[in-house]
Amino acid sequence: MSNPYIVLPVIFQLFVAVTLMFSWTNKNLQKLISVVGSLIALLISISLLIKVNQEGIQTMQAGGWIAPFGITFVADTFSALLVLLTAISGLAVSVFSVGSIRNARVRFGYFPILHLLIMGLSGAFLTGDIFNLYVWFEIIIISSFVLITIGGEKAQLEGAIKYVAMNLLASVVFLTAIAILYGLTGSLNMADLSLQVAKVENRGLVNVTAILFLVGFGIKSAVFPLYFWLPASYHTPPPAISAIFGGLLTKVGVYAMLRVFTLIFVPDTFLTTVITVMAMLTIFSGGVGALMQNNIRKVFSYLIICHIGFMLAGLGIYSTLALAGAVFYLVHDIVVKTNLFMVSGLIFKIKGTYSMRLLGGFYKEQPLMSLLMAIPLFSLVGIPPLSGFWGKLLLIQGAMDSSNILLIGFILLGSFLTLFIIAKLWSEVFWKDPQILPKKEHIKYFDELKPLKKRAMLASVVFLSILSLGIGFGAEWVMRIAMTVAENLMDPSAYIQAVLGT
Amino acid sequence: MKTIIFKSASVYLLPLLLLFSVFILLRGHYLPGGGFVGGLMASIAFVIHSFANGVENTKNIVKFHPGFLMPVGLALALLAGSLPLFTGETFMTGLWMDQPVPVIGTVGTALFFDTGVYLVVIGVTLTIIFTISEGL
Amino acid sequence: MELLLVIIIGLLYAAGIYMMLRRSLVKLIIGLILLGNGANLLIFLLGKIVKGEPPIIGPNEKMLGEIYADPVPQALILTAIVISFGLQAFAIILIKRAYKVVKTDDLDEMYATDEDL
Repeated sequence: MSNPYIVLPVIFQLFVAVTLMFSWTNKNLQKLISVVGSLIALLISISLLIKVNQEGIQTMQAGGWIAPFGITFVADTFSALLVLLTAISGLAVSVFSVGSIRNARVRFGYFPILHLLIMGLSGAFLTGDIFNLYVWFEIIIISSFVLITIGGEKAQLEGAIKYVAMNLLASVVFLTAIAILYGLTGSLNMADLSLQVAKVENRGLVNVTAILFLVGFGIKSAVFPLYFWLPASYHTPPPAISAIFGGLLTKVGVYAMLRVFTLIFVPDTFLTTVITVMAMLTIFSGGVGALMQNNIRKVFSYLIICHIGFMLAGLGIYSTLALAGAVFYLVHDIVVKTNLFMVSGLIFKIKGTYSMRLLGGFYKEQPLMSLLMAIPLFSLVGIPPLSGFWGKLLLIQGAMDSSNILLIGFILLGSFLTLFIIAKLWSEVFWKDPQILPKKEHIKYFDELKPLKKRAMLASVVFLSILSLGIGFGAEWVMRIAMTVAENLMDPSAYIQAVLGT
Repeated sequence: MKTIIFKSASVYLLPLLLLFSVFILLRGHYLPGGGFVGGLMASIAFVIHSFANGVENTKNIVKFHPGFLMPVGLALALLAGSLPLFTGETFMTGLWMDQPVPVIGTVGTALFFDTGVYLVVIGVTLTIIFTISEGL
Repeated sequence: MELLLVIIIGLLYAAGIYMMLRRSLVKLIIGLILLGNGANLLIFLLGKIVKGEPPIIGPNEKMLGEIYADPVPQALILTAIVISFGLQAFAIILIKRAYKVVKTDDLDEMYATDEDL
């Protein structure tokens, strides 16, 4: 169904960013605009999801140019769901930033760039054109470059160089893949490509293109063996920025993979085997990498990699059940990872360090806050009935159906590694006897902050914790959406019909 | 570069190139040209001026921080793009006036979008160049 | 023409990857620029080059002729050029700042991100 308003989440974020730029000098006004804007964006995306749920797939042809010639925007359940999650994370991070971002960073345009990043993410989820997807990816990475370097500390700049180099390389690989795809089919519209690629006789070249896409998206979503930039850079920027990166940036790569490898390239045995092996190694290397770390933000960075493996496994199994598991896990992971990085920021603000060796006694000092932090930590492990459990359950069921015992082994291994790491983190940070840490000069501790800032930081963590509890206890509802998404992914004819209108 | 010929030429080149960039911007819809090229050309005018007279003098000519052009241009482009939404058309549809305006030609939302691009490009390029030339 | 382009694209990709594998920051950026240009030329080549038939509808005609150059690759390349312009400008300023802070051009000496706290 044609609906000109589905780009509203994108346009509205741009509008907020422009308004923020006009109030460049007024820091408090910027914070207000950012929070109010994120709230309105959340309402817009909720209404989009409801509309898609009621009336089916919504499309928009930009400038009135009919598909496959113009740029199409498509909101199916998957896109609308991810736009909603982006808005949720965006709201949480925006509120958290009010409390935690230093004024020096606000002066260099932190808030406008944050909203441009969210605009890019929403655009990437909504577009139905492969080249337009590339453009949104570029908007995302250029905004993330600015966010990761803003402040200009030594570790930040070094991390940024690794991040920039790998992401630019990924863009070039992605662009090369688009070039070959265009040469093969003469189309850029994803729905049209789905029909055209099936007709191409040179299957070898199609597989090469598919692998190029896999590499390009693989770098962005940090799968084995392309993930080394992630643990080198995600722990360097301030926690609010790490939160939006950890929650959403790698997931946009996963989204692109799920979309491209179900719609355009229907995987054959070769591709599913490659993806499955990559998934297993990603789970393993992420988990083992997290074991070795002492910095809590680095632990979470490696856990991002480990859990990307679960979503990739869903694609590797390639059945409705497994894809539903991957989508469920994606939903859970965006909420929880955003929350975890914010939790690490809170811990840093209170204790002044990220080192597990130095931290300790958190439970004794802040019992209520520790209970709050326990929610995202144990959701991540997936203790039933918390949110991480259901996605894994679906994945394992899917793997059972295709009798892929090895993959089940790796999923269980990944879960146990996560459990072990979180238990270790819990005992080190929360239960161990506290050490007396020297007060650092340049850090503003939590107790010294204004009450408004304290409340802002706590409110965003509480918001996301309640949400992840909600995903866990309302799993049936999320599961139904995930099943719809997976069915649409497995059978893209409705998507194609909605776009091309035939 | 401290040659007298270049220095005196740059004084005349600046307004000429700026005028030419506006010409390129206006002819852009059906002919080669447009906001991006025009914007680059306008910033080249300032770059030539800064080569001849030093960045500080160019900054004095511009008066305000070029970064301010970015939100202005973005706002203009956003407005031009979302104007059709209010008439029930899709985003970015071109709306055109019936009668051509003298000198400029037919005016439509595409022209405003291009003008927005023009301003953003000038803003971005000048910001980049002023930033790079700082402390060289 | 096609053969020439193929050779140039191959050279650009090879040179770009070679430069990216060097340890110097400046060479890393040069490598990325070369790779980006290679990708742009690849789009141009794979868009099927047609000579002397611009995609312009004549004053007395209603549609394009039988053979005409595809305008889409050029639009794609233009977009890609604009994007890489922004990214490269950012990358250059980034390496300048990084050089000032870290005081080295050598990627191997940048290990502040791996330090244990």
